[in-house]
Amino acid sequence: MAKILTYVAVQDGKLKRSSLEVLTRCRELAEAGGHTLEAALIHPDAEAHVDAVRRYGPSKIYTITDPIFSRHLNTPLLDALNAVIGQARPMLTAFASTEAVKDILGALAVRTDAAALSDVSSFDLIEGGVEALRPVMAAKMLARTQAKADRVLVSVRSGSYEAVEAPAEAEVEAIPFSFDPASLRQTLREVVTSGSGDVDLTEAPVVVAAGRGVRDEEGKRLVEELAALLGGAIGATRAVVETGLFPATAQVGQTGKVVSPDLYFAIGISGAIQHVAGMANSRVIVAINKDPDAPIFKYATYGLVGDLFKVLPPLIEELKAVKANA
Amino acid sequence: MKFCVCIKQVPDVTAPIHTGRMVLNAYDASAVEEALVLTEKYGGEIDLVLIGPEGAKETIRKALAMGATRATHLVTGDDVRLDSAVTAKLLADHLAGTDYDVIATGKQAQDTDAGLTGSMLAERLGLVYASNAVGLEVEPEARTLVVTRQGDVGQEIIALPMPCLVTCSNDMNDPRIPTLKGIMAAKRKPIETRLVEALPEGLPVTVVVGIEPPPEREPGQIIEGEPEEMAHILVEKLVHEARVL
Repeated sequence: MAKILTYVAVQDGKLKRSSLEVLTRCRELAEAGGHTLEAALIHPDAEAHVDAVRRYGPSKIYTITDPIFSRHLNTPLLDALNAVIGQARPMLTAFASTEAVKDILGALAVRTDAAALSDVSSFDLIEGGVEALRPVMAAKMLARTQAKADRVLVSVRSGSYEAVEAPAEAEVEAIPFSFDPASLRQTLREVVTSGSGDVDLTEAPVVVAAGRGVRDEEGKRLVEELAALLGGAIGATRAVVETGLFPATAQVGQTGKVVSPDLYFAIGISGAIQHVAGMANSRVIVAINKDPDAPIFKYATYGLVGDLFKVLPPLIEELKAVKANA
Repeated sequence: MKFCVCIKQVPDVTAPIHTGRMVLNAYDASAVEEALVLTEKYGGEIDLVLIGPEGAKETIRKALAMGATRATHLVTGDDVRLDSAVTAKLLADHLAGTDYDVIATGKQAQDTDAGLTGSMLAERLGLVYASNAVGLEVEPEARTLVVTRQGDVGQEIIALPMPCLVTCSNDMNDPRIPTLKGIMAAKRKPIETRLVEALPEGLPVTVVVGIEPPPEREPGQIIEGEPEEMAHILVEKLVHEARVL
């Protein structure tokens, strides 16, 4: 019997869906193997989120509360996670693979003497450790990777599992934590947000993504209208981020964000592997491209061969009609 | 300013796998480029360190041809596969006691995409660090490195006192292509070669036990016709077939 701990991240006042997916997976593993499931919240107002975490069935919730966690900084987050792991002593600690977690996972592994499996698409307990599948070679292959150690950290790609509630009584343990700002050798000067962040890209059920074919403001307006209509987030390829048409926060791909929504629109995207690596796990992929040989059509559930400037306006009208009748 | 850039030779992920073409990891190339830009502006030198087989020397020459000053090659056997934990330990042993202002590396290797080695190395060396940098600036008087990193909700601008470590995204620059002059100069630049005699023991490591193809997607449908026609068919399918609307 072992202990499994899930770190549940909070963003914009809500538990991150990707964290709840990981917590749900950990609950499955705990139930199957008779292990203990616990969760950790690290936030300026951690207590406020305890009830939401209870709905996913951990038997205990550790909280660390400090105003320093209103913004991401790796030094205090590392200290806090180290404190939770020291207190809980889990065999497996699982995370959603957010940018904040990517920032600290390696350092946390060294500090807690743990093996780390990062950015996995699935994971399981095995004798003496954890086995995971990791997309490698720009997600062209999966590496079956094992960590046999007393302590293992796993970070999981969003959308790899489904978040399912299973409410249970959970004891809450507040871990004393004080962070001396004088020990903070780094200074966060500013956080620059693009303003397009109304819908979180990695959490959105619908993503409308633009590629090189969306070459101007008019194309961008069509993409934005489609996204607004579907309540979706806006994504972009590296090419249109580099031209400045879309913000860097919208970038989807090997070097940007990994998304797996229910519905992904690839608008004017050719389908370079670096981009596909970030969206290939989407449930339904719609591709609109005037080049019938574009690689994106190999991944598309529905491929529309045509000029996006001609296809999007009637598509937007059709969708409006569907919404009006719904 | 003294930079050390940790680089890796990786398979070219944009080429078909069977070609076996090896390249300088794109993220590391961005780290080299950024170190070059900053040393051109503020003066200084760039040391490189690479862990890998003898054949990886061509990748070292490439980065020297871009303009780095000198290199150390920690040579491993041809079939040795090092995970992030072992790589970071070897690098930390190599870098302990050195006095670099900034240690830079790619945010991940483009073959394994693990993204662990940088922060593991910072932790082992006791350095402050920032990862996923998309921009670097130096405030020389304050001996501060100002890092713009891509975070979850926006770009975080973080000031780090030197010495520090930074991991670089390939979104921050387009690495220069070596000039003929650079290539010739690189041939005369020193590469210190050290054999990695024994790998560190007792670390919690990860082992790749198999490589498999990703699950195949069901073959998709191509819709052709007039724009209005295609739009109508698509919406019908999204509503009644895929049931995502």
